[in-house]
Amino acid sequence: MPHDHHDHLSPSGHPFRPDDDHPLTYWQQMEIAIREILIEKGVTTAAEINAQIDAMDARSPANGAAVVARAWTDPTFRDDLMRDAGAASASMGFDIGPMKLIAVKNTADVHNVIVCTLCSCYPRNLLGLPPDWYKSRAYRSRTVKEPRKVLAEFGVDLPDHVTVRVHDSTADMRYIVVPVRPGGTDGWSADQLAALVTRDSMIGTGLPKAPEAIAQTPR
Amino acid sequence: MTHSPNGYDGRRWHDMGGDAAGPIPTEQHDFSLWEKRVDALMVIASSKGHFTVDGLRRVLEDMSPESFETMTYYERWIASVNQNLIESGVYTTAELAARMSDIAARGATYGEASHE
Repeated sequence: MPHDHHDHLSPSGHPFRPDDDHPLTYWQQMEIAIREILIEKGVTTAAEINAQIDAMDARSPANGAAVVARAWTDPTFRDDLMRDAGAASASMGFDIGPMKLIAVKNTADVHNVIVCTLCSCYPRNLLGLPPDWYKSRAYRSRTVKEPRKVLAEFGVDLPDHVTVRVHDSTADMRYIVVPVRPGGTDGWSADQLAALVTRDSMIGTGLPKAPEAIAQTPR
Repeated sequence: MTHSPNGYDGRRWHDMGGDAAGPIPTEQHDFSLWEKRVDALMVIASSKGHFTVDGLRRVLEDMSPESFETMTYYERWIASVNQNLIESGVYTTAELAARMSDIAARGATYGEASHE
């Protein structure tokens, strides 16, 4: 039968995204209503809302990776970043607004990890929107209590001699982890290094990629 | 849930740092358009002074622990944005109710109900 089992497939034969595949919800009705009322009352415009969505979509961990790679290659910038991460990232075009941003630097002996136990505060200007797990009860609850076990679930097993520092973000103060520059990258440009910097390495739940993990382009 | 009514330890439900919990979930969903719009409305309305991030947080934290389990992240956000905008006098509950009723009559899906 041609129509059997096709309820969950789009015309192209792919499954619909679950989030978009259910009837209009009460909360979606509320969002539409608020948006229309705000536009009618002149608080905002449809164009302004679209521009804000575009601006948020454009923010990705590539922003943070560019900042980290520059810190790895430019000692003056690194010092600026450690002194005032908000100003240093704004100087690269990644404005954080009125919030305070603090960079925490990993070393051979110290590993930093960030969390927001109270809600979901995250360095959006450098990493985009937080992943779902960052907002989960499990991550928020456990990271400050048993960070090594949490890190192990992400595949990060740290030697006992490494100190783990957990930083609890607030609405007004965000953190970004500057991971350790991988060995075997002498002479690499900031652009090449940025390809090694993962989102999770800047949250602290991951490490940068190894240089052999990416194909080298001729220099 | 460690903050039972009988064993109140001075913390509210959202103050969950240090609680026992299960494995870190690995599922990830792509943000849908309506979720991005909620995010944008929060940023725009707060940047124009209609409420603050603390106002957003206050309403989120006043929700019950059950809301954390039964509502999605942006469902909680739109509820909080709404409460804050009503409190600051941008519109009334009656205006909202009338508009939501209009919207419900437009169609059964988000796309049908949302005038583009």
